[in-house]
Order: sequence, then C-alpha cells, then structure tokens
Amino acid sequence: MPKRTDIHKIMVIGSGPIVIGQAAEFDYSGTQATMALREEGYEVVLVNSNPATIMTDPEIADKVYLEPLTLPFLKQIIRQERPQAILPTLGGQTGLNMAKALDEDGILAALNIELLGTKLTAIEQAEDREQFKELMAKLNEPVPASKTVTELAPALAFAKQIGYPVIVRPAYTLGGTGGGIANDEDELRAIAANGLELSPVTQVLIERSIAGYKEIEFEVMRDHADTALIVASMENVDPVGVHTGDSIVVSPVQTLSDRDYQMMRDSALKIIRALNIEGGVNIQMALDPNSDHYDIIEVNPRVSRSSALASKATGYPIAKMAAKIAVGLNLDEIKNPVTNKTVAAFEPAMDYVVVKIPRWPFDKFPLADRQLGTQMKATGEVMAIGRNFEEALNKAVRSLEIGVTDLRELRFEQVTTPLLLASLMPARDDRLFRVAELLRRNVSRETIHGKTKIDMFFLSKIQHVVDLEQLLVDHIGDETTLRLAKQNGISDALIASLWHWSFDQVRSWREEHQVTVSYNMVDTVAAEFDSQTPYYYATYDGANEAVKSGRTSVLVLGSGPIRIGQGVEFDYATVHAVKAIQRAGYEAIIMNSNPETVSTDFSISDKLYFEPLTLEDVLNVVAQEQPLGVMVQFGGQTAINLAQGLADHGIKVLGTSVTDMNRAEDRQAFDDVIKQLQLPQPVGMTATTVNGAVSAASEIGYPVLIRPSYVLGGRAMEIVADESELRDYMVRAVQVSNDHPVLIDSYLEGTEAELDVISDGDTVVIPGLMEHIERAGVHSGDSMAVYPPQHLSEHVKQSMVKAAIDLTKSLNVCGMMNVQFVIHDNKAYVIEVNPRASRTVPFIAKVTHTPIAQLAARVMLGDKLADLGFETGLLPNSSQVAVKAPIFSFTKLPDVDALLGPEMKSTGEVMGMAPTFEKALYKAFVAAGIQVPTFGRVLITVADRDKQEALALARRLTDLGYDLVATSGTGAMLEQAGIKTDVLGKVSESDDNAVTAIHAGKLQMVINTSRLDESAQSDSLQIREAAIANDVPLFTVLDTVAALLTVLESRSLGVAAM
Amino acid sequence: MTTNKRALVLENGSVYWGEGFGADCDAMGELVFNTGMTGYQESLTDLSYRGQLLTFTYPLIGNYGINAVDFESLKPAASAVIVHEVATQPSNWRATQSLPEWAKTMGLPGLTGVDTRTLTKEIRSLGTVRAALVDAPSDDIFEQLKSFEQLDLVEQATTKSVYVAPNTGLNVVLIDFGMKSSILRALAKRQINVTVFPADTDAETILNTHPDGVLLSNGPGDPRTMTSCLTQIRTLETRVPLMGICLGHQLFALANGAETFKMHEGHRGFNHAVKNLKTGHLAFTSQNHGYAVDAASVAGTALVVTHEEVNDHTVEGLRLTGQSAFSVQFHPDAAPGPHDADDLFDHFVDLMTQKGAPQHA
Repeated sequence: MPKRTDIHKIMVIGSGPIVIGQAAEFDYSGTQATMALREEGYEVVLVNSNPATIMTDPEIADKVYLEPLTLPFLKQIIRQERPQAILPTLGGQTGLNMAKALDEDGILAALNIELLGTKLTAIEQAEDREQFKELMAKLNEPVPASKTVTELAPALAFAKQIGYPVIVRPAYTLGGTGGGIANDEDELRAIAANGLELSPVTQVLIERSIAGYKEIEFEVMRDHADTALIVASMENVDPVGVHTGDSIVVSPVQTLSDRDYQMMRDSALKIIRALNIEGGVNIQMALDPNSDHYDIIEVNPRVSRSSALASKATGYPIAKMAAKIAVGLNLDEIKNPVTNKTVAAFEPAMDYVVVKIPRWPFDKFPLADRQLGTQMKATGEVMAIGRNFEEALNKAVRSLEIGVTDLRELRFEQVTTPLLLASLMPARDDRLFRVAELLRRNVSRETIHGKTKIDMFFLSKIQHVVDLEQLLVDHIGDETTLRLAKQNGISDALIASLWHWSFDQVRSWREEHQVTVSYNMVDTVAAEFDSQTPYYYATYDGANEAVKSGRTSVLVLGSGPIRIGQGVEFDYATVHAVKAIQRAGYEAIIMNSNPETVSTDFSISDKLYFEPLTLEDVLNVVAQEQPLGVMVQFGGQTAINLAQGLADHGIKVLGTSVTDMNRAEDRQAFDDVIKQLQLPQPVGMTATTVNGAVSAASEIGYPVLIRPSYVLGGRAMEIVADESELRDYMVRAVQVSNDHPVLIDSYLEGTEAELDVISDGDTVVIPGLMEHIERAGVHSGDSMAVYPPQHLSEHVKQSMVKAAIDLTKSLNVCGMMNVQFVIHDNKAYVIEVNPRASRTVPFIAKVTHTPIAQLAARVMLGDKLADLGFETGLLPNSSQVAVKAPIFSFTKLPDVDALLGPEMKSTGEVMGMAPTFEKALYKAFVAAGIQVPTFGRVLITVADRDKQEALALARRLTDLGYDLVATSGTGAMLEQAGIKTDVLGKVSESDDNAVTAIHAGKLQMVINTSRLDESAQSDSLQIREAAIANDVPLFTVLDTVAALLTVLESRSLGVAAM
Repeated sequence: MTTNKRALVLENGSVYWGEGFGADCDAMGELVFNTGMTGYQESLTDLSYRGQLLTFTYPLIGNYGINAVDFESLKPAASAVIVHEVATQPSNWRATQSLPEWAKTMGLPGLTGVDTRTLTKEIRSLGTVRAALVDAPSDDIFEQLKSFEQLDLVEQATTKSVYVAPNTGLNVVLIDFGMKSSILRALAKRQINVTVFPADTDAETILNTHPDGVLLSNGPGDPRTMTSCLTQIRTLETRVPLMGICLGHQLFALANGAETFKMHEGHRGFNHAVKNLKTGHLAFTSQNHGYAVDAASVAGTALVVTHEEVNDHTVEGLRLTGQSAFSVQFHPDAAPGPHDADDLFDHFVDLMTQKGAPQHA
C-alpha cells in the first residue's frame, strides 16, 4: 500500500529521561522515526521531557515540546496541535503507556486521532501476562507453566505437578527480593515461605524453571500486507536466568542448526502474525540445549534496546522501517537504505560476528549487589564487530572502559580457584573475567559449563583467547603469533604487556611486519550485492574496503557506553559536531562503540567506524582516513582521555591544545592558573599518604571535600567532617600512592553554579548561567539546576562571567569549556573546569536557542565567533526559565543508597520550561515523576546538623496542610518548637515505625537526611529503601524540599476562616 | 601450529591461500557462494550444488557440527567447501561429528582461513567462475580450468533405480534430477506415497504407475542440456497434476516454449523475497540456482508468471494455463531456509484432490 495521504500531522512520543532499562536506544529510535516520517512528507510534532536527547532538537522535528510526559500535558499539547495521528511504539514503555492513557482518557476518540502502528489491543495481548498465556495456548506455542499462589500448600502441589526446579517470584518486591530457584521440595518450602512473607500482597508466582536454556531473540518486522521477516537473530552467551539486557549477546545465533533456527523462526512469525503486529517487535525464546523443546519467554510489541542493537548489528534500520510501515508503506515499497538498490523486504545476511556486552554501574556503586537476574542493572552497552567471535569479544571488552583491555582482570589472580568457581553462580557482571581466569588455570570447560550452562561453543572461544595469551608469552616477537593474536582481536596493549614491550614498540613492529588493520563494510547482504554504506568495522582478516574520499575530513570521537556520569548528552554533542563539520564543508567521520545511540546511525555521519575508543583503534582509523584532525571535546571523558595519546603520536587534536587541556585537568597546573588569575578557589592540598592527608585536612580545616586525583563524575568523592571520617575514607575508598594522590579541598557550604563557554581564542561566549538548587556537596549531575539563576547577586554573576572569560583566555580554549563555582558569602569560588562539552550543553542549548556544540565545532575548524555575530560575554537571558531535574534508577539497584552526595547517582534528567521559576520548577518535578498529593502525611527524619533548617520547612509543610510524622530525634525537636508531630519508634524496637508506615502506604512523602558515613544498618537507610521500594517521593537534601515547597505554595490557593 | 596450506585457484588467476581440512584431494568446478548463516550441512549435501565449489559468506561454519538428520543426500554434493573459519569443536546436542571429521570421512576437501568476503565479491563481479582447490597453483591447473567443463551432472546425481518412499496417502511420482531429501520430507508430512524415478524415465512408464501427480525435482547444471526429458514433461503435464521445483521449474518452462539463461549472479541463500503476483504476498525463500527462466520468453506461451523475485524481478514461479501444472524456482521444501512457501505443497495436494481446479489465463 502506498503511504497514507489522509494524514498530514503526526505526533511522536519520546521515552522521557534515561533510566536503567530505558536508555539512549529510544533517542535513536525516536530520532530515526521522526526523520523517516518527515522524509515521507509528514509534519511531525515531538514530545519528550528529556533535554539531553537529539530528538528534542529543533532541527529534528517540525515542532518539539520539551514537556512532562503526563496525561494532562500531553492532552494540552494534543489540543493545541491537533495531530491526526500519534506514533507511540517508538518511545519505549513510556511512549506506549502514554498512548494507553490517552486512549483510555477518550481524547483520541473525541478528536478523531488515530494511533499508528501496532494496535493497542495487540500490545495489551503481548504485555498482559494472562492474555499472552491464553494466546500462546491458542497458538499451541509453549510457555513455561506458572501459577500464582497465596499459600505454601498450593505452591508445593503445583511444583510437584510441573516438576523441579521451579522459580519463585514474589509479587511486588523490589528487584524480585525474596525470589529464587528451588531444586526440590525442601528448598521450595523455604523460598516460598520467605517470598510470601516478603510480598506485601502475600503472593508468589511459581514457574517451571528454564534457567540454563539457550536464550534466543529475534527482531521481527511485519507490515500491513502481512510480510514478516527476521531482521536479526541473537543468542545470549549467558543462558536463561540473566536478563537479556544484562547478558553478553552475540548475533547472529551461533549454536543453532538450521533446523532449530527455522523452527524458532516459524514460531516467532506465527506469534507476531497472531498479534497483528505492524512494525518492529522483539521476541525472546528459550531453547533446551539438549532437545528441540523451546519456550516463548516474552514479546515486546515495539522497538526496544534489542532492536537498536539489531539495527546496528545488521545495518537494517528497524525504527525507520517501523515508522514507514506505520504510515502504510509495505516492506517491498521501501528501499533498503544500505544498498539503495534492493528493497527492505529481505532478511539481512551478516558475514561477521557481533558481540554486545552490557555496561554496569558497579564501578560507581561499590556496595551494590552485583548479582544478575531478572531485573536489568546495566546502564548501557557496547557492541563490537569482528570476523570471528574472539575478535568481536575482545573489541567489546576494551570498549567497556572498565579499566581492562582484555580478558585478564588482575584482581581475580589473587582469588583461589574454589572461590572463583563458587562465584560463577548466580551470575555477576564480571563473570566473563572469572571464567577466563579459571580457564587460564586449566579448570576444564566442562566444569564451567556444568556450573554456568554457558554453551561449550562460547567457552571454547574464551579458551582460545586464553590460549593465545600463553602463545604470545611463548613466542615473543613472532610474526605468525602476532598475526593470529590480532585476528582474534587481542589488543596491542595486551601484547605489549605480555611481551614487556611498550605500546609503541608493538605498534611499530606490527606495522613493519604489515600486520595491519583492514576495514570491512556492514552491508546487510554479506557482499551478495554492491553496497555504498559508509559503515565500517576493523578486522585483521580481509581486504580493506574503506576508501578515503577526496574530501578533507574530520574525525569525531564519541563517548562510548552510557554510564553514570556520561550519558546521552555526550551523544547529543557528538551528533551536533558532525552537523557543524558537514555544514562547514568537510567530511564528518564518527567513531563510537555504543549501539544505542544516534551517533552510530550510519546515516548521521559521512562515515561511521563502529570501533572501540582506545588509542590503538583510534590511531588505526586516523591512519586510514588521515583526517584534518580529531575532535575530542564532544565525547565526554572517554574522548578527552585519548587526547594526550593522539598528540603523542603526532595527531592533530582540533580545538584547545592538549597542553592546555592538561593545564585544566592537572591539579597543580590548574592551581597555578587560578593563582595567576587571582581567582577565588577553595583551599586545596594534595596528599600521597594517609598521614599526609590527615595533616593537610587539619591545616585546611574540616569539613573537607576529598577525592582521588583523576575523577569521572565524582567517583569516590566524599565530604568528611572530622579526622576519623577521613581515616575511614582513606582506607575504604582509595588506594593512595605517589602515582595516585588524593585531593583535599576545603568544603565551602553554599550554592553551586556553573556555566559553559564557547571560545575561538578571541571571543568568549557564555550562553547562560545555571544555579543549582541543592547546595555544594551534592554532585552537579544530581542537582536540580535552574537557568537563569534566581538567587545570585549581580556581583556574583558578573564575577562568574569574568572568571570564566579569564580562565578561557588563560587556558587558550578553542571550543568548549565548563566552569563550576561554589557561591559562598556572595563570592564565586572556582571549583572545577572541564575543557570539553559538558553534561549541561543540550540543556543550555535548548533553553537559550543557541546551538552551542555546533558553534564549538565551527570554531575548532577555524570560524570566528565575531563573524558569526557573537561578542564576548554572557548572552542576554531567554524569556523562559528552565529547570533541569535529575532522574534516578534506585528501584533497579537494590543496595544502592538513595542518599545524595558528591558521588553522582542519577542516570538521566528531565527539563521543565516556563515563563516563571515556580512554573518551570513545577514542570520539572512533574516530569521527574514526583507526585506529591496536596494533603497527607510527611515523614521528617534528619541529621542533627540539618535540624534547624528542617524546622523552617516543617512549618511551611504544616501551613500547607500536611500532617507531620517524625522519628524520635527530629520529632522531639519539632514538638519542642510547637509543631504537632506524630512520633514513630525505632525500626529495631517498635512495629510502629517509619518503615512499616511506608510499607502500609501511610506516608505520602519522606524527607530524610543523614551523614554519609553512618552505619549501613541504620534506620535511615532502611527508611530510604522502603521509600524507594514503595515509590514514595524521597528527598535526601533539604534544598530540594524547599524548592518543592516553593512550587506547592505557589499552587496553593489557601483557605482561611474570616 | 600445524599447517596444511592449500590454495583456491580461480580461472582468472586469483589465488586464495588457506588451510586445508577434510579430505586432502583436489577439486575443480564452478565456484559459488551461499549467504545462509545456518544450514551448511543441508547445502553441502544439496545435489543442486553437484560439481560446485561452495563458499559460505558467513565466517563461522561448522559451529553445530554434523548430525544424522539434516542430510539432503547421502554424500556431499558440493565438490569442495570454502570457509573463513571452520569449527573444530562443534556444540549441539544433535552433533555426531565435526564438519572437518565428516568432510574427511566423506572425501570432501575443504579450505579454511580464506577471506571469503573478498572472494564473494570477486565471484559476484565475475559471475560464473571456475576454480580449483589444490595444494599449490600451477600453469597446468590454469590450463585445466580454462577447458574444464562439467557434463552430465544430472546423470550423475539422479537415482539409478526406481524406489519408493512408502506412505498411506496420495501417489506421487518424483522425477529425480538431483533431488533434495527435504522434498521427500515435505511430501511425507502430507502422507504422500512417493515413487522416485530416474531422470530419463519416459512418460508412459510413469503414467503406468497411475500417479495422482508428478513432481519434477531440483538438480544441478544447465537445463538446456536436458532436452531429452522435455517431451515426457509435455505429456505428463496434460495427464496429471504437476509441480516443478528449481531445475524442475526450468525444465517445465523449456517444455512449454519459454527460454532459460545463465544468470550473472545466481541466487544462493535464503533471504530472497519472492512475490506472489496474484495475492501480492511475499515469502522468504530458499534458493540455489544459477539459471533462470527468461521473463520475456514467457509471453506467447501458455505459461503465466505467478511469482517473481522482488529485487531483480526474475521469474520465480509459473503455471500452465488450462492445466493443473505449476512450478517454482525456489525451494518450498526449504532445508536450509525459511518454511514460508511450504503451503505450495498443499496447493499441489489440492490440485491432486481436485480442490484446486485448473486456472485459465
């Protein structure tokens, strides 16, 4: 069917903030879909609350609403825009849920608005557990037998009926707490009893266990004419039992015969036809490794993280095709954008292997539970392509940026074999390295397979890599061995380490012996047809297909996997740099390793190299493309960390020189800059021993802010109040040494503020200032921020601008820089500069309507800001006030304390924009999903140092009509001040305590502050956990509460007797 | 590291070095590639590959080994197998041996460690290319390649004697031009009693068995060398419902006055979408052919094009006006590949049970 001509205006709903399980992949799918719809001539209205995304760029859609994704806001937008249709299947679960809410509301029927793509009824049939089970029964497709029980006896009876092992899943417990696998009746008794007790509704699901089965996924497309095809098949290296988002995944499937494959393909197509899917869909299945029995695990009736991976793995752009199908086009009417010759009605054929490895946040959360199960914990992922599994695996490992470049994890060398073996199950994030270490110790693959059920095929491949390590050790300087190692993806860094050579020695020796990289094309057709796609991966086994064009090119380094501290905002900056480079007439080349992002969509840049962001891999691409230079300012710390290595190899780093970047990043050098400029800065010292740190701190005066020398997003940074805390920190958090000093700064209490600058060396433009809502001590990424500042004096603002200009000039910034201040006693102290695009770039770009990242890229290419109409200084304020609010994923990460501090914990952000501060703040809270009822009970339990401040807030709360509840200490203080308070007992002493009250739904909001070093077993921690588990708004910083009260007060009309 | 360096020599002078596996004999023939990411066992035993050196574009071949149930004929049909990386340690519950072990036992020479992507691109640009798998290139080999011709491929592939695959339903005669077992399996699934005849059997002998229908199988080689069997097809198609697959389809076309030609790039893989021109429905089909029916030549015959490939629009299906006879270029029997077109066998059954009346143009 040709495309629909009866509709002209389509609304696309985005997925909101990045949280674990719903990340950058939806920026990719939404952006692609929007561009596809516009390509077909439709007007697109886009709604999303996430300012860090590319899809919310004014260039992507005809109209962009950066508004909260809630029913009232969406309805308002719909009434204003009157779209004829909405495309809801590209914005993740959030998009789907909004579509359902709109449908139920009746507004769609009332305004005659159509939902495009898969119908809601089909979506419900796929998502509703019972309906799905019924459909599978009707189709004669197997699902693991399961039953919901509320008592032990029926659980035992059901397990007896279906056979052990069984999985116990308690209803409504955080992260599946209390669940587990029972291998026999005794175990089931224990687990089910515990699960029933922990479940607030005394309910557990008993399910036949298919743990250990092969987990197989298909990405399927289907159009209105019933053409259905498999875009990609994927096999999880980690068998069933680990969430697919937390599994190492390989595409295509490796261990299925065609018989197995076609059996599962038939089943997948049958199911999606029965569901009447129109668009993209993901289906997860489990295959018994010892028979041809399979089970259907689940169907996701929309584009997903897996579809982003499949799109990048094959080159087949699923979201784009799904959007075109949604407007009526059939697959044989759409061109395959990779070949531009064949049609989209084909199943991609790969002639390479793709490996995806999740990126977990455990480097940030050392205390978090690293066990993997049914709740996804990864914040992002990397993908790598190779001509064999080993090559793809090794490339993926070094893309992770977790401090390893290979399968050796030094810390496991110290662990005994029995301990390592015992730690294989349940799976953890680092299991791959444990397996490799065991194989290195000649533990048999059979033993490891017996424990983990990881297929022998994959274990053989890991064994091969481990054997190659030894082969390298035994053949130092041997060309054949080197070639073999490179063909299997082993990094120069590992070879250098095993040969005791330097990195450069290995590299030059390798080049002398012509063991050099080739680039192959990702063409979707395994070379069957000619293809022009400029999408490449490196391999050491094949002819080079990459052709340097005649044009001058610029290489932009992306930011790698999404992790806490480095999110989608850096992909935004990367994509903008590419646009600017193209507009300036150069060829733009991207290098990145993240399959979820817009930047790795091959249609964004002129050339895409899907490669790890390590020095070796970047140097290889540079050698191939010989670009004018490399841009490192947009890809976050990942790209910046490569700058020195590039410079050392004589590669031109565009923009600010590497020497000047080092002056900004190196503590001592930066101190000199500050002193020379006579800028205020908190007193700081460096220590290389514990005792040195103690004497430094006492000289500076407590409290002090303490952190390791090289930091990313505030890792291991803490505020310590006295010497005992300091000593504790020095032992617990850092390994201090001459090479790794710790930095100790005076902690100045005050408001934090920051700004971004663009400079060409002459003109320094500051698009806007941002004031943080939470005081210094809370990581800037976890703070709410407002543009323009609401509480800063003119003097402070002017001194911030002046300091920024002075710093920019002194550091010879060409491109971007972010400067952070703490405002203490009406004075702006410089606390940090980052000589690169920062997290706030998309936010400030959107509110000030200034394409900052593009301007930065332009100046790095030699354009002058003056010629572009800018002059030095702060741009005039926009008419709008914008508030950025952080979003956390605590519900996904049990054991991670929700208490905010100098360590960043948020995974995403939302933005609220309005003409007044109060309204913008309100929108930010709403967009952040903080729903505070207008009346109810508020728990206040605060640390001693916060009590006075809490008192004022308590009064404001009672004035608004809330009832207060408190723990004993806080309660006593409130009562003493004459505020009526319900005092609760200690968790360990009374059943009438805060935790039980939260579980019972008796509290509508929790305000809790405590010292960072308090004991992990404290009431405070349990209260926070209970609030997270029950989705009760939790505030751990009083400034946030004050901001919320500002909103509530502005909305309250108030009633009073005459 | 033990090495057994061997060479794949192309008639244009290109040489691809790799490591030999399987049998250490030489092989010579047409060099083709298949893009399927699974199904190497089926393809290697598919008699349509008879005499051909088969390259797989997917780089890891042999991962799930060789099993007892996925043979399309008893022995390797291809004369050599060329891969990027052969798996020596397969992993699958059905596997009974590794691909190299099986190849060695069955006398199939293999070559691994080849840059199969570059090779594929070369085959693609050359169209038809002859090649040899040998220990080392030599002038002699190039001379042989230039004059090498393969004749009588069907004669070598077809059954030497008549045999029955017994069942309880309809009686179908299968004329074996180099048949795949999957056709027998597809018929058996429908309880069809199959009698398999050699390719050169005459129509009367076949009709004397009173079949409910006749199926012309797939097979290797150029259909135009098979003129002798066209008469029998012309007789059979008017007497009983008839279905042709692959070579059988090409012979059906020739028998009814259409022409075939050697394609520049054959279809070998199973991601080719084929459109049913009547319903508009697309199916992903398993394909293995280097010749095709010339679409222009169909005009003026009693044949009607029923299916075409969505990209190059080559003829993928035909039916004969006024008769219960049809044919498809692809393999509805799959193996390897999708089962999307399996219902064509049901259509054949319908024709035999009179549910599907002959269609007129």
